Formats: sequence, structure tokens, C-alpha cells
Amino acid sequence: MSGAVAGSARGRRALGVVTAAVLVVVYVPLAVVVINSFNRSRTFGWPPAGFTLSWWARAWHSTGARSALATSVEAGLGATAVALLLGTMAAFAVSRYRFFGRETVSFLVLLPIALPGIVTGIALNNAFRVLGLPFGLLTIIIGHATFCIVLVYNNALARLRRLGGSLEEASMDLGAGVLQTFRFVTFPQLRSALLAGGLLDFALSFDEIIVTTFTAAPGVQTLPLWIFGNLFRPNQAPVVNVVAAALIVLSVVPVWLAQRVAGDAGGGRF
Amino acid sequence: MSILVQNVSKSFGDFAALHDVSVEIPSGSLTALLGPSGGGKSTLLRVIAGLEQPDTGRVEIEGVEATALPPQRRGVGFVFQHYAAFKHMTVERNVAFGLSIRHKPKEEIRQRVQELLELVHLEQFAHRYPSQLSGGQRQRMALARALAVEPKVLLLDEPFGALDAQVRKELRAWLRRLHDQVHVTTVFVTHDQEEAMEVADEIVVMAGGEVKQIGSPDELYERPASEFVMSFLGPVTKIGGELVRPHDVEILTAGTAGARPALISRVTRLGFEVRVDLEVEGEPAWAQVTRGTADHLGLKSGDRVWVLPHKVRTSVAASVGETPPAS
Repeated sequence: MSGAVAGSARGRRALGVVTAAVLVVVYVPLAVVVINSFNRSRTFGWPPAGFTLSWWARAWHSTGARSALATSVEAGLGATAVALLLGTMAAFAVSRYRFFGRETVSFLVLLPIALPGIVTGIALNNAFRVLGLPFGLLTIIIGHATFCIVLVYNNALARLRRLGGSLEEASMDLGAGVLQTFRFVTFPQLRSALLAGGLLDFALSFDEIIVTTFTAAPGVQTLPLWIFGNLFRPNQAPVVNVVAAALIVLSVVPVWLAQRVAGDAGGGRF
Repeated sequence: MSILVQNVSKSFGDFAALHDVSVEIPSGSLTALLGPSGGGKSTLLRVIAGLEQPDTGRVEIEGVEATALPPQRRGVGFVFQHYAAFKHMTVERNVAFGLSIRHKPKEEIRQRVQELLELVHLEQFAHRYPSQLSGGQRQRMALARALAVEPKVLLLDEPFGALDAQVRKELRAWLRRLHDQVHVTTVFVTHDQEEAMEVADEIVVMAGGEVKQIGSPDELYERPASEFVMSFLGPVTKIGGELVRPHDVEILTAGTAGARPALISRVTRLGFEVRVDLEVEGEPAWAQVTRGTADHLGLKSGDRVWVLPHKVRTSVAASVGETPPAS
């Protein structure tokens, strides 16, 4: 008995150490980036030579970083919007209708996120050339949407399956048409699932670099591409560091929101 | 007739859920569709509601051809086994849903919802959400919601199936009283013969996608059309190859015309009722007698007695589905 207790206490301590080690490995580098963004030394000497806000000021005024940020936000919003629309529609079709090839749809929707980005990138690059579509924001959005759809689709499908069909049947029995049923009954129950999927999609699109490399035009850069391009230019390194630090802070928000939304939806029903 | 179903068949893939089913349900009645699960009763209810399209046959509601009508235009209220409560709306808004969709004036909706909540005893829960209600309360809310649009027909699919035994009993009696108050033609699906016998004016027994018999609870119990109906509606035992209700088996201490010799293997006292397990001509059977009879005859295991079955089912009376409904 006492041996078991001692063993489990030792086991718990070991687990604690491992957990701490993992957290250190993940978060210490992030902390270093944030600290270095205030480091007076241009070469990031350690310990920091002194505190400065000048890198933040320079980053703020860097037109390259700003336009890249704008492109990234636009691409993220665009890809998320496309994914929300198509993902919801596909989830509806699969969960509420029977049709030939229904089983295959899930596989086809899932595949792009499993494919290596470089394959998707090359394929899209070729396709856009063949179609004669000019590279730019639109092609980036299409590229990102291919792998963003699955998150919305999976979330919406799981929710629709859990809801079952009887809510919609009840609504129609009470006199509501298809659109009214969607607006008043189905969509409100689906909202949190779509929000969670959309937030994850935005985050996914925002830091995508491989597919973007193949679908962006020389003048249209997303933030990750801009960072990648400026990382090894000594003059720009401090600015890149500031941008990275800002992104760490910004990415916490959607992930935290998505988790909260998903958690809320899980509890308090039935 | 309030509901007329003629020669309806419906298959799901290879499975024939309904096979040439014809039923007439009189206006204002309370009818049970009774049968084992998979017997087609829920499918029939959904066909009447327009939630399933029959492969063949037709449906008429209050004299109006309804086979091709969508559920929205049939004037039926449907109550689901698992309530189908709109979880993002309060009780009040759930009940008001059908009226809001029809753009009724606000004041009229408010009044009607108030009336209905009183009818189902939920007036103090108007501003709660379904997740804050018990199962029985949710089902009463669902009933009020279905009644709000003043349906010509009320259809309930195993309405008490998801509730525990005590609540189920209470709601049963309550549904019967509600029907006596509202008089809307009501059809409910159940697999519980006791529920059907207790609540319904008329019972439609279904199995294997077919109607086995239609009649009042008494008729079905006393004059079952088949061995299946007889054994589904109450306890049965077999004596000399014939089905008989255990309470129709008379136990005698001396032989008489038609009586068979039997050996008592066990006597079980269940309060008022006494269950007597027997061996009749080498076959197990049982009889149900009152405590008084058992005491009077001094029955105990090992006794040699005579049994005389009454009201034996000897032949199949009316054939399947042709018994006219009593109205």
C-alpha cells in the first residue's frame, strides 16, 4: 500500500518534471524573442545590453511589414470566409442528404490538409498558370481555402450529427420553411462550431508559408513571407524580431477564443 | 374520418418498414400505434406527418388529400421522443415558435403562449431554457409548442419513451386528461401495451410493417385476432396446445368435463395475486388466481389438481387489418 503511494508520488513528480521541461523548451524561445525586441544590442547580445523601444518604433513605421500584415489579414479573412461557406454547405450535404459519392466527400475534404504543402503549392501554381489566373491576393486566398475548409467542415459536421434531424423536422412541422428553419433553428445551434472553425482557419492561414510561396506574386507578400525574406538581412533583424513578438501576442487571442467557444458549446446541453 | 391511410408501403433500402398499411382514425379520438420496435409504427406516424414520403399509397387528413403536401402544410403537430427542444430559446419562445413564424400579432402570441403554458403547468418556467427543465417538463413544453399552432391532428412518437417509469405514469394520466380537455385527434406511438391500454380509445397493433388488428383495448384483450396480438397484449400460457390467459385457467380439486390433470410445481404469492406454476401433461404452464382462491383450495407445490381453461383461443377470428375501427 505504502509502496504504491510512494510509487505514484514518484511517478507524479517525474511527470511534473517532464511537463515542466516541455513547457520550458516551447516557451523559453518565445520569451527570448519578446525580450530581445526590447534589447538595445543590434546583434541580440546576451544578457541584453539595455532597454529600448526603438525597434518597435522602426517596425511600426516599416511600410514593408505593414503592407505584408494587411495582405495576411486580407488573405486570412478571405480564406476563412470561403472555408465557412463551402465547409458548412458540404457538412450539410453530407449530414442531411443521401447521394452518390457521399462517403467520398469527407475524404476529399480532408485530403488537402494532409497533403504536404509543397505538393499543394506546386499543384496550385501549375493550375493557376494553366488557367491564366494572375498571381496575387486571390490566388493566395484560394490556396489557403483548400486546406481551411476541412476545419469548418469537421466542426460543423460533428455538430450537425449531434443535433440530429429532429430539430429541423420539428421546425418544419411548426410551419417554418427551409430558410426560416436554417435561420432560426439550425444556424443558432451551429454558430459556436462555425466560430471555432473560423478562428482556427484564420490562425492557420495567417502563418502559412509553403503554399503561399507558390501562390503569391512578387509584389504581394504575406507577413510570414516578409519575415522569411528579411530574417537574414542584418539591418532588418531587429524589426523582424519585433514583428515576431507582436505575432506571439496576437496569436494567443484567436486560439484562446476558439478554445473558449468550443468549451462553452460542449457544456450545458442536455 | 380525421386521418385516412390507404395502402401505404415504405421501404428503406432492402428493409420494408410498411407493407400495404391501411388505417382510419376517427376525429377526436385518442389512438395508440402499438407494437414491437421495428414494427413500422414510427414510420407510419412520420408518413402521416409528412416527414417521410410513402413509396405507394395515400394519406388524407380531415378530408384533404395530403400525400404530396409538405409537413408545413398538413396542419399536424408532432412531438418527438427526445423532445427536439430548441435549446437556444426560452420555454416561452419555443412555444411561440410556430406563431412567430406565422407573423401573428405580438399580443395574440403572448396570450396564447400564456394559455398553453398554463395548460401544461409550465407557467412559472416561461423564461427558463430547456436545459433547465426536467425530461417530463421538456416533453410538456414540446406538447405545448405543437398545440400552439392549433393542429388538426396531434402526433406523438414514443412521447414518454425517454422518461423514467414514475414520470411516465404521471404523464400518461395527464395526456389522457389533456385529451379530454382539448379533443384534438391524437395518435401516439408506443411499444408498451400497458400504456396503450391505459391511455387510448383505440389501439392499432402493428408488427413486421403490417397492421395486425385494430380495436378498443377491451376488444383486443378479449378477442385478439391472432396469437401474436394475444401474447402482445397480456400474459399468456399454453394448455393442451391452446393459448389462454393465466387468469382464465380455473384450478379444481376434482376432475370435470374438459379439465386436465396437472401437478403444481410452485406457488408464488405476489400480494393479492398468486402465481401457480403447473405441469400439465408434461408441459409447463401457469395460472393466476386470487389469494382467496388459493387459500380456499389450499394450493401448495406437489399437489395434484385439475385445470380447466376458459376463453381459449381456438381459431384466428377476423383476418389481419380488416377489423373495422370502433368509433
